[in-house]
Amino acid sequence: MGTNLTIGKAINAGLRAAMEHDPKTLIMGEDVGRLGGVFRVTDGLYKDFGADRVIDTPLAESGIVGTAIGMAMRGYRPVVEIQFDGFFFPATNQTFTQLAKMRRRSAGKLSMPVVMRIPYGGGIGAVEHHSESPEAYFTHTAGLRVVTVANPEDAYWMIQQAVRSDDPVIFLEPKRRYYEKAEVDTGASFAEAVPMGAARVARPGTDVTLLAYGPMVKTALQAAEADTDRSIEVIDLRSLSPVDYPTLFASVRKTGRMVVAHEAPLSGGPGGEIAARVTEECFYHLESPVIRVAAFDTPYPQSRLEEHYLPDLDRVLDGVDRAFAY
Amino acid sequence: MSDTTAHEKQELVQLLTPEGELTEHPDYPLDISAEEIRALYRDLVLVRRVDSEAVSLQRQGELGLWASLLGQEAAQIGSGRALREDDMAFPSYREHGVAWCRGIEPKELLGMFRGVTNGGWDPHDRGFHLYTIVIGSQALHATGYAMGVQRDGAVGEDGTAVISYFGDGATSQGDTNEAFNFASVNNAPVVFFCQNNQWAISEPPERQARVPIYRRAAGFGFPGLLVDGNDVLACLAVTRAALDNAREGNGPTLIEAFTYRMGAHTTNDDPTRYRASGELDEWKAKDPILRVRRYLEQSGLADEEFFASVDAEADKLGEQVRTECRALPDPEPLDIFHEVYAEPNVQIDHQRSEFAEYLASFEGVGAEGGR
Repeated sequence: MGTNLTIGKAINAGLRAAMEHDPKTLIMGEDVGRLGGVFRVTDGLYKDFGADRVIDTPLAESGIVGTAIGMAMRGYRPVVEIQFDGFFFPATNQTFTQLAKMRRRSAGKLSMPVVMRIPYGGGIGAVEHHSESPEAYFTHTAGLRVVTVANPEDAYWMIQQAVRSDDPVIFLEPKRRYYEKAEVDTGASFAEAVPMGAARVARPGTDVTLLAYGPMVKTALQAAEADTDRSIEVIDLRSLSPVDYPTLFASVRKTGRMVVAHEAPLSGGPGGEIAARVTEECFYHLESPVIRVAAFDTPYPQSRLEEHYLPDLDRVLDGVDRAFAY
Repeated sequence: MSDTTAHEKQELVQLLTPEGELTEHPDYPLDISAEEIRALYRDLVLVRRVDSEAVSLQRQGELGLWASLLGQEAAQIGSGRALREDDMAFPSYREHGVAWCRGIEPKELLGMFRGVTNGGWDPHDRGFHLYTIVIGSQALHATGYAMGVQRDGAVGEDGTAVISYFGDGATSQGDTNEAFNFASVNNAPVVFFCQNNQWAISEPPERQARVPIYRRAAGFGFPGLLVDGNDVLACLAVTRAALDNAREGNGPTLIEAFTYRMGAHTTNDDPTRYRASGELDEWKAKDPILRVRRYLEQSGLADEEFFASVDAEADKLGEQVRTECRALPDPEPLDIFHEVYAEPNVQIDHQRSEFAEYLASFEGVGAEGGR
């Protein structure tokens, strides 16, 4: 009993379910109301839930996150949309100094059930500030949970899990995969959905672990398909903070090799921390160093260069080759 | 500067002069009993004592830092006593007088400046949010909270009003201006209470803006007014009116309480490097406590016995503050990991158990320590 949904539509359906489940759930952001968001992810919600619950805000990201914090203090569960990854930055103060730290500051008296949805990543031929992968800023900040989705099934359930979480959740949406379609069993039970903190083995294999998340999961699966010489185990990380290390360790202990692929720049990116932890915990199982395939340590280039900047199928396969060069 | 001063004189709401004489204002008729004025006097004196004890405790090494409210007692007690129980206040980090009005105990404030907590009181309990240190951030929290009040249908005569405190420096922050705008667009039941204490650490108001603070409200589409921040009666009256206006659904107000930071920015600051000493003398003549005392004496509404009893109470409170401060327990090392997340977090749990093991490895190690 499934519904064929794109990732974008699945998030939309998940938001609708969350709003029906809890009347305290609100949507806030620029153009999320009448327009339904620039990617139409909130399409139809304004019409069905009204302007009090789907709030078209002034064009000010700090204001959106700051007022969402106040709403959360009043007992609401705001789902904030940041229109594009590069527009998150005006909201850094409220996110890092306030949202992430409120629970600790209050010694647990305050919870911040705020979800910040951010379309992220490149590959859509956009102008500057519309293609970035800012996940490392979030994972480096205690108090935030950071998740991302790679398929409609996860999109539908994880947005609902994020809304029900009492911690602030950065919900990263792979914008170039918004239109990927799959069957989603929307009638299944919420309680039985895979927890959003868990990594998922997207394709089992025995020779090398290929770790990816968000937009790169599809590329990783294509690489596993394309490499007929080796059996590649693809893991979809899903949660970037916290990282489900036990699933990663188990895979690496089996395969002896690991390649981490992400669109975020190499240095200081999530891959470096994961490589360090895997090396510490799985040292005697590793046949080669953990290999990272990432974007360069440069600003995101103009769109006519992005195909060279973003790790693609060949770069991922090259990374796998490097893991076997030891 | 002279223009500003002329405007101040013209528009300043004042109900009690520095000489202790009541004045009338057409918009804010004085409706207060002698007993209430005596209670305000008591608040002012006690809060000043808490503050001066805290400065001393910092000098003695008992606190890491203290941000003194000296000179701003009337702005804080007047506005703080205007709040109803269900109202919600969002302070910056110098609102010890408002905290007092909301029932936050001095030791809770001291805990933060001693470094044993980051605040830690329950904001819902007493309608007083945690101190916010990053300038202006709380103005948006107050506005969002007020938007929540609207959605709860808690607007009306018995409704909830929200107040955000900040200083003159904060009016330069984007967050404060975004808060003005969000509040205005949403007609949110929030009052912005700016204590213009003339100094943002070392910078005077003319380094922040070219127009008086209260006049900026007009550009956002709601009323702004200037009140004598050293006049507890005027601060009470204008704040009460603005809160009622907000709670009844008429939207935000910006109040600029014109006052003076008589002390340093914090105990780490040295104001002699940037301001003339004559300025302080000028403001001492406008002291917020002195004028209430003068009024009570001149009008015969309080006798020597009353003043002596307040002083005695202040002495007792001072002793209590000293004792309680020194008795505040240091947190345990593993508290580092507490209350970061509501839900179990495998990364934090892992680091906690590693650190616990590390700490345990020192058990039984002699005073020389090390390996």
